[in-house]
Amino acid sequence: MTQLYKNLGLSDLEYEEIKKRLKREPNELETYLFSAMWSEHCGYKHSKKYISMFPKKNAICAQENSGGIGIGEHVIFFKAESHNHPSAVEPFQGAATGIGGIIRDILTLGARPIALLNSLKFGSLQEGRNKYLLDGVVKGISSYGNSTGIPTIGGETGFEDCFSLSPLVNVLAVGIVKKSDIKKSSAMPGGIVMLLGSYTGKDGIHGASFASKELKKDKKEDKLSVQIADPFTKKVVIEATLEILKSEGIIAAQDCGAAGLLSSTSEMAYKGNCGMELYLDKVHLREHDMKPWEIMLSESQERMVFIVKPNFVQEITNIANKYDIKISEIGKTIEQKEYRIFFNGNMEANIPPEVLNNCITYDLKDSEPNYINEYKRKTYKELPLQKQNIIDILKCHDIASKKYIYSQYDYTVGNRTLTKPESTSSSGLWIKEENKFIAFTMDSNPRQCFLNPYEGSVNTVYEAFRNITASGFKPSGITDCLNFASPEDIGVQYQFVKSVEGISKACIELNIPVVSGNVSFYNETPDNKIYPTPVIGMMGISENNIFKNSIKENDFVYLIGKDIDEKTYTGGSLYQKLFYNFTGGEIDTVNSELELKLSTFILQMINKNNISGCNDISKGGLFISLFELLHNAKKGFKGDIINIKEGQKALFGEITGRYIITSHRTLEEEMKKNLIPYRFLGKIQSETLEFNDFRFNIKELFDIYEKAFESELNS
Amino acid sequence: MKAGIIVFPGTNCDRDTFEACSFFGWECRYIWHNETDLNNLDAIFLPGGFSYGDYICSGRLAKFSPIIQEVKNFIKRKQGIIIGICNGFQILCETKLLPGVLTTNINNKFICDDTVLTFQNTEITLPIAHKEGRYIAPKGKNLCNMMFLQYKNNPNGSDYDIAGLYDRENKILAMMPHPERAVFKETGLTDGRKIFEFIQKELNK
Repeated sequence: MTQLYKNLGLSDLEYEEIKKRLKREPNELETYLFSAMWSEHCGYKHSKKYISMFPKKNAICAQENSGGIGIGEHVIFFKAESHNHPSAVEPFQGAATGIGGIIRDILTLGARPIALLNSLKFGSLQEGRNKYLLDGVVKGISSYGNSTGIPTIGGETGFEDCFSLSPLVNVLAVGIVKKSDIKKSSAMPGGIVMLLGSYTGKDGIHGASFASKELKKDKKEDKLSVQIADPFTKKVVIEATLEILKSEGIIAAQDCGAAGLLSSTSEMAYKGNCGMELYLDKVHLREHDMKPWEIMLSESQERMVFIVKPNFVQEITNIANKYDIKISEIGKTIEQKEYRIFFNGNMEANIPPEVLNNCITYDLKDSEPNYINEYKRKTYKELPLQKQNIIDILKCHDIASKKYIYSQYDYTVGNRTLTKPESTSSSGLWIKEENKFIAFTMDSNPRQCFLNPYEGSVNTVYEAFRNITASGFKPSGITDCLNFASPEDIGVQYQFVKSVEGISKACIELNIPVVSGNVSFYNETPDNKIYPTPVIGMMGISENNIFKNSIKENDFVYLIGKDIDEKTYTGGSLYQKLFYNFTGGEIDTVNSELELKLSTFILQMINKNNISGCNDISKGGLFISLFELLHNAKKGFKGDIINIKEGQKALFGEITGRYIITSHRTLEEEMKKNLIPYRFLGKIQSETLEFNDFRFNIKELFDIYEKAFESELNS
Repeated sequence: MKAGIIVFPGTNCDRDTFEACSFFGWECRYIWHNETDLNNLDAIFLPGGFSYGDYICSGRLAKFSPIIQEVKNFIKRKQGIIIGICNGFQILCETKLLPGVLTTNINNKFICDDTVLTFQNTEITLPIAHKEGRYIAPKGKNLCNMMFLQYKNNPNGSDYDIAGLYDRENKILAMMPHPERAVFKETGLTDGRKIFEFIQKELNK
């Protein structure tokens, strides 16, 4: 047994704790069950204490598979999840099954999935392996998302050497359901356990413990832990599940995600404060020689578990039959708080659900690692701004148009999508059911979070906030995906704790809840740890307006909010990495009072129809923000935008609390009245981009921006 | 006007098509793939999606379903009009109800975009979203009087820029672009209305 629990990734301490709580030694099957439920992926043992401090006010069902925000009679559920490890090994299947998993989290609440977004991180595309990973991930998302008929409406793609061979694939799903139709996951005694969907096979076994360790150099062994996607079955399972969940015979529902049947069923018993008996010989299997632990831990995709009132079993079976999907009665819920597994008539395991579902938790150290100070003190010497700098930043993969990616995603299916990807700072959806509008964005800033995990995380939340604001929506809640290296490393512990504190602080200031989230540790290879990367997915609501860019020639262009001067900290800016291979210095920090004032002002101006265009200023600084507005409007610009000696810093420096707005008329009176700091930048014109001593044919710049990414991937 | 919307396992534009038809006041009902009753219907939609997972190739498996036989009878009886959109176009070609085949886009990738089309001597903009939308015309067949929708900047390599065909005699209309996604002003494009108005007019003929 010693060898077994160690091989399965349990520590001596954890095993002792299990024995203490069980008051006996677990048997072989039980050891397998504990190894999965007490893995980082299922048990959140290094993160539970910390993520429980996130604010939850105004979140609906925050304890369920996904939380949501109310909008009239409906609830919008949304959640982000990572599928980093599988995507590193098998990018197509890894990304596809990641989408499958997050869709089921939404679906299980009875909500119809209506949109997907993603946040992707890769190493430099100069390396062939990274190109292969990106192409595979995009194809996986495209193949899977498109077939399920859920539009992929937006996202972000970033590049950094630390993600080489450890890509991040974070996916966000959005669903809608009437408040009265929400289904929860807590069971009640006296119900029948039914398993719907694909046949259970040997794929994805140990997926949960696989996601809880670093990747090895030799990936052959890891491949067996990746699940296989079946988008067609998924689409049919979605429709069948939505019909089944409408039945009043459903007591509880849960999807089979990490640790498959085991975690879904034991969680339902635990949440319902009851017990359960499962008869594994009744599970429909793809392979017949499966052992009990394999059946319990299989992560075969496209499976849902329902607790059904006994007199409704036939009704539920009929619905499954209509869709030609297999359904089996595999157990029942009981009063006694025991989770019992039977196989061929023998009871093979018997564990109290609360022991299985309450794994040991660890405290993390938050002492600052040495690198923080070292990097803070780093400097470089900035060169004068060159015309070529502009070309280079537009060509850079972080900035250049990702049309190559998003045109492979069906973003219009569903008749809800308000705007094309990249045409606004966040992606809007029409909520026909309420005739209102919502928007989503996914944001991250790994460099800033590396230099200063606390302030970098605060900045990330505010960046999402500005993205939502700039497209005319009022921020209403977030989900997060916390991507980190090994939590056993003291430095990573500091990064994680500070990041969680930063996100909490920002959400409290903005008075928005964290409705759902996910933690992914062990994102590293033996040579390389990823930068701490909390990805924030934010939702906004708008009652009436669909704000669209209507920029015309002669429009006034203003910078509002913070300005950069010689002393401003711009650490973590993209241009420093791009031009000087430099990551260091201090990062700018948020002034929350100013942020709220700017947001209120912008939403007011949009409602009064006073502005023709708005963009937040983030990656690539003032210049890129202006360029994006011009690109969407297909217009040029003339004015003075460089206000200090260091032209690069003025154009590309990244700080918080600023936007560009455009208007058909002067807005100075309104800005003065509202005490908004501003600077007049210039005016919109047609053919050229002219500022200070620089002059470009704008169409040539558009061309560079549009083609750079695609030509790199096709080369 | 009564419209039936056929739903195969894997169809995913059925709801969008239903909503668009309802916008024009048409009475709609879904028809599950193993039903066989097309009575009292004026228009039958084969909506977009991935019928039966589009295994083997797009539309290949759907042609064996019971409903497709009924669709053929519907055409024989001259009961009304058949409209195939995206996967529906693929099914109609696979069943030989329309000439030619639809194969993988010239760039070998799924393409989602807005595309400008020529429709009755005017330009309209509709969304496209497909991987197998490259129309290959049969050799030696004159398609001139069937071409009702053509790409302006052919995105997928289709022969003669063909985006849609209309067999006027048998009232079989099919296209790769999605008119049902361009009806509601909230989502931007509204040129899809022109296609629905055209369908209405053809039925009244």
